Amino acid sequence: MKEKIVLLDPTSEITSSMRERLPRTVPIQEAVIGLLDISKPRGDVFLDELERLLGQKGMQVKRFKKPTFTRTAPLDLLQEIRSQCNVVVEALAD
Amino acid sequence: MEGFEKEWIVFCKKECATCRMVVPVLQEIQREGLPLIVYTQDDPAFPEGLARVHDDTSLEASFRSRIEAVPTLILLEGGQEKERVVGWDREKWRALTGLGRLGEELPPFRPGCGARNTEPGLAEELAVRFGAVPLSSRRVEVAPLEDEIEACFDRGWTDGLPVVPPTPLRVVRMLAGTTRDPREVIGDVPPNNVPCTVEKAAINAVMAGCRPEYFPVVLAALEAALQDDFCLHGLLATTYFSGPLIIVNGPVRQRIGMNSGINALGQGNRANATIGRALQLIVRNVGGGRPGEIDRAALGHPGKYTFCFAEDEEGSPWEPLSVERGFPEGVSTVTLFPGDGVQPVVDQLSRTPESLARTFALCLRSVAHPKIPMAADAVLVVCPEHAQVFRQAGWSKRRLREELDGLLQLPGKELVRGAQGISEGIPEGFEGLTLPKFKPDGLLLVHAGGRAGKFSAVISGWIGSRAGGSRPVTWEIRS
Repeated sequence: MKEKIVLLDPTSEITSSMRERLPRTVPIQEAVIGLLDISKPRGDVFLDELERLLGQKGMQVKRFKKPTFTRTAPLDLLQEIRSQCNVVVEALAD
Repeated sequence: MEGFEKEWIVFCKKECATCRMVVPVLQEIQREGLPLIVYTQDDPAFPEGLARVHDDTSLEASFRSRIEAVPTLILLEGGQEKERVVGWDREKWRALTGLGRLGEELPPFRPGCGARNTEPGLAEELAVRFGAVPLSSRRVEVAPLEDEIEACFDRGWTDGLPVVPPTPLRVVRMLAGTTRDPREVIGDVPPNNVPCTVEKAAINAVMAGCRPEYFPVVLAALEAALQDDFCLHGLLATTYFSGPLIIVNGPVRQRIGMNSGINALGQGNRANATIGRALQLIVRNVGGGRPGEIDRAALGHPGKYTFCFAEDEEGSPWEPLSVERGFPEGVSTVTLFPGDGVQPVVDQLSRTPESLARTFALCLRSVAHPKIPMAADAVLVVCPEHAQVFRQAGWSKRRLREELDGLLQLPGKELVRGAQGISEGIPEGFEGLTLPKFKPDGLLLVHAGGRAGKFSAVISGWIGSRAGGSRPVTWEIRS
């Protein structure tokens, strides 16, 4: 494994050197929520229930599914989620 | 210095034939009872048969003692260096040790070899390792599995293109391009008005891809951009297109291999490309001037990545821009101009200076808007084939200027609001006046470009260049 690399900060150092978090999304009531099934058993059960609860609150939900949990999501799927949703909930484990 | 304890140090390496040759001499010095310490640069087992041999394969002692060649014999008195001899020089070694018969069997003189700590590329690495250059910027650790170029993107340090990761070693190499102290403050960079040190400028120059020899040009460009006249704060905050354009004059152009010829305003030359980019990265990173934040440009232009070129002085019929702006010939300068994109001027048929000047005037009139006078400045880049027309007719730059000034006197009735069916224009009260298109000194003339092509170019300036806005600034490049 390569060694850690040290870089010199090119900025005015008035902000944290940590990577900044993404900005807050739109208010949650206005958000389009993606539900991502990673194709692990019973992930769909969890997401079905979540969809029902969010639906009761009148929130917009879109469902997505990875072809297999053994690999990272295909770029197309990531871009589809990104272009359609404000936030995504992923059902990780069975 | 009477009473101080004397000590001798020798630096050597096994690879060096002279070092191997003097081993019996070193043994003789120790046999005579002189306190001799040996530092060996490459093989800790070398030289054999001696006491007090120190392993200096880390090269720390060699670096701190500024050893340039081996063997080097140093005399210390009271811990302070008194004198040193580089290479084998029998008389000097005898004088330094006080041993009159030292090295009797050796030739009287033999030069040494280059010390390991001076090997190309290693000196700066040692300077970083042993803290010889005072770097005070925050150190950001990148995890072993992180890609360092991606890490720079993630932290918002780039203009959208990859940057060279600014490691301490690269920054130390960049700082070697100037004699200025890394801690020296060049000025306050807007919009956050943060003091920019030479070190911060060097970090951003590394990221832009500069070579160390470009660094004085970057520093001069930064100094020029920070002059009140240039009004960098307004320039970077404006909704208008402009960004800093750097025009380089003087001998530095050849020394660092800048392009003033074919495609001078385009891509492909490292110095042109990276000097302009370094200035923009400083504005972004040190000053905090980022698009969508303080930078409110409606469109911007591609030159906001980088915009820097050199004037072709040698092929020009006229004095260089820097001379026209008050600097002696032979002095290298940067001229900062708040520039937009490049508008072509095509004239393949004019063979007289009068006709070509009319073409220039007609094209220059369109800067910002044909109905807006005395607002944006402009640079007219005259290409060699057009310049040739003026050379043949014996027109000086001043003569061309006078002609253009005359041609660019605009009748108020064409400029007022509503004239030509266009609402844009100057207030109706100015109808009876004649107004110049450009303010005095608002038009810069520069010679650059390839030898073929009856073209020139207009680089229009920031419309905020009226009183109180930006004015071009020319600044000397110092080492």
